[in-house]
Amino acid sequence: MIAQTLTDLWHGFGVALLPYNLMFSFFGVLIGNLIGVLPGMGALSAISLLLPLTYTMQPVPAILMLAGIFYGSQYGGAIGAILLNLPCHPPHAVTCLDGYPLTRQGKGGTALGITMIASFFAASFGITVMILATPLLVSVAFKFGPAEIFSIILVGLICGGTMSRGSRLKGMAMTVIGLLIGIVGTDANTGTMRFTFGLVDLSDRVELVALALGLFGVTEFLRSVNRMEDVGAGVKVRLREMRPSMAELRQSFFPMLRGTLIGTLFGAMPGTGPTITTFIAYAVERRISRTPERFGFGALEGVASPEAASHSKTQVDFIPTMSLGIPGDAVMALILGALMIQGIQPGPQLITEHADLFWGLIASFWIGNVLLMVLNVPMIGLWIKLLRLPYRYLYPSALFFIAVGVFSTNNNLFEVWEVLFFGLVGAVFVALDFSVAPILLGYVLGPMLEENFRRALKLSQGNLMMFIDRPISAAFIAVSALLVLGQIYFAFRSRQPAQAAWDAAGAAGGRVGPGHRSSS
Amino acid sequence: MEGRGETPKPEGKRGPFINKRNRDYYAGSLVILLGCGAIVQGSTYGIGTLRSMGSGYFPVALGVVLALLGAGIVATAQRNIPEGEEKSPPPEWRGWACIALGVVAFVVLGRYGGLLPATFAIVFISALGDRNNTLKSALLLSLALVVVGAVVFRWALRVQFPLFQWG
Repeated sequence: MIAQTLTDLWHGFGVALLPYNLMFSFFGVLIGNLIGVLPGMGALSAISLLLPLTYTMQPVPAILMLAGIFYGSQYGGAIGAILLNLPCHPPHAVTCLDGYPLTRQGKGGTALGITMIASFFAASFGITVMILATPLLVSVAFKFGPAEIFSIILVGLICGGTMSRGSRLKGMAMTVIGLLIGIVGTDANTGTMRFTFGLVDLSDRVELVALALGLFGVTEFLRSVNRMEDVGAGVKVRLREMRPSMAELRQSFFPMLRGTLIGTLFGAMPGTGPTITTFIAYAVERRISRTPERFGFGALEGVASPEAASHSKTQVDFIPTMSLGIPGDAVMALILGALMIQGIQPGPQLITEHADLFWGLIASFWIGNVLLMVLNVPMIGLWIKLLRLPYRYLYPSALFFIAVGVFSTNNNLFEVWEVLFFGLVGAVFVALDFSVAPILLGYVLGPMLEENFRRALKLSQGNLMMFIDRPISAAFIAVSALLVLGQIYFAFRSRQPAQAAWDAAGAAGGRVGPGHRSSS
Repeated sequence: MEGRGETPKPEGKRGPFINKRNRDYYAGSLVILLGCGAIVQGSTYGIGTLRSMGSGYFPVALGVVLALLGAGIVATAQRNIPEGEEKSPPPEWRGWACIALGVVAFVVLGRYGGLLPATFAIVFISALGDRNNTLKSALLLSLALVVVGAVVFRWALRVQFPLFQWG
């Protein structure tokens, strides 16, 4: 079987290295990276903007280009998250937590270097897993029913809610608010309009890009305007800082490895998006760290692990998308849509019927990741120039890119209203010491959670035991219960010191927190 | 979001209105309010039974959880905080107003004027929110971005947004 796989892979490289295909792969990576770096333009906007271009192309170059745009913009998104605190691609929300503080401490270059190494390492690992384990994972994933998917999502939500900075209760509250935002729109089962308040534009859900850019872009501008004097202009990042020191490499190696494994694990599960993966990678890293108080203030582990997870997950995520037709997130859904426009029905038969496409795609991942490494070293100067821009020039420009970027996802000005709304809401929540990141998690997973909950209970005729009767599902439910009980136990046991620590974190976590510098 | 009617403003953040002593009470109350809103609004969609759930089942369940979490936040709010240790920056009304107005202007002018006027408006108005920006620097910045915006979005990316339009 290994020999067969190697032959297929060799064939795949042959397909991907055809000059015509290679050209589109390169084009996709370059454009994706460029757009991903622009504040307010993420993978979603990049792919949706360029999707029409692929209608006239052959399926193979079309899909290679879209995949290239996807991981190119992912790299770009990480750069935006670390240097500008803008998570254009929601999975990078978590990278902001520690990447941006690193930039503020003048270590943005190191964070970027670690990100590049972690991404490349994780992507290579993810691709290997994808090659070796596709048949195996497909057969396991086939056993997942709605009960299992519901339980998996539940674990993710609880992890995500309790890892946020500050109070766990507040984190969980934000997660639930995210779930509620995810409900807005037309109920797929009954056609009922929910929480749309008579606005037709809301019938098709709240726009993901608008939500993310409102909560993280506009909210951030509102918090920082006129308060950035102390750091604003002169953040220095030099090219040689891109190369992390041996100590920093050693510090990030195991987080990188753990992140890669977490990404791989979650990639194998249909229906779990990359956002949840990076959140969990971050949460795990913070939980096992001997110095969890550094997280949120520039811990390299908090950059290495989620970035690695996001890239290995990205690669492995193509497995359920391609072989089952279950997209892990909005980006995968877009790629799925592109395949169907080309007349290719994703499903278990795809690997045999469209071997060119599948193996060519896999080979192009590797080629694309090498291209990205090569591209990003010389281009880092450009990102640094972006950083040197004084804040008073930067935020109006970024606001403009956000507005146009959000508009361009659906060519609808209503979504710019959404950005403003969520920006203001986010500012209120942040002022009340909430952490807004879990909102996104809840939003992305909400519809899947509800759909699988309803489906599972329909199958079991309303019997809640369904979730415990099935062994895989029961295991995940047990993990959720342990997580909740553990939180309660620790909260009661060490209420005072824990509260003091959270509170200190909350106070110093603000943009202009007086304790910010000293905490590094 | 259910609280659409009362578009929240970032008023008094970390200012005297919200401080460490009352922050958790406001936070918890807001969460309880949102939870109750979800329950009330969700129950109008038909709850149904576990066996055949209506559209309202899930929202109402989430609303209950949310309200409980809000109660938890209020219950665990910190009470004994020494006075005078809080240093809160003054509210930034100018910055907040300019950013919000800039976005509003973008939508309005985008609808009735086209991409170029909208670009100019959002950059110019929001740039004025920073005290270090002069009229001249805001003007130059917005003109520069009008050019960049036209080249990148209209010419290179072909965003479906006319440069100029009337009505």
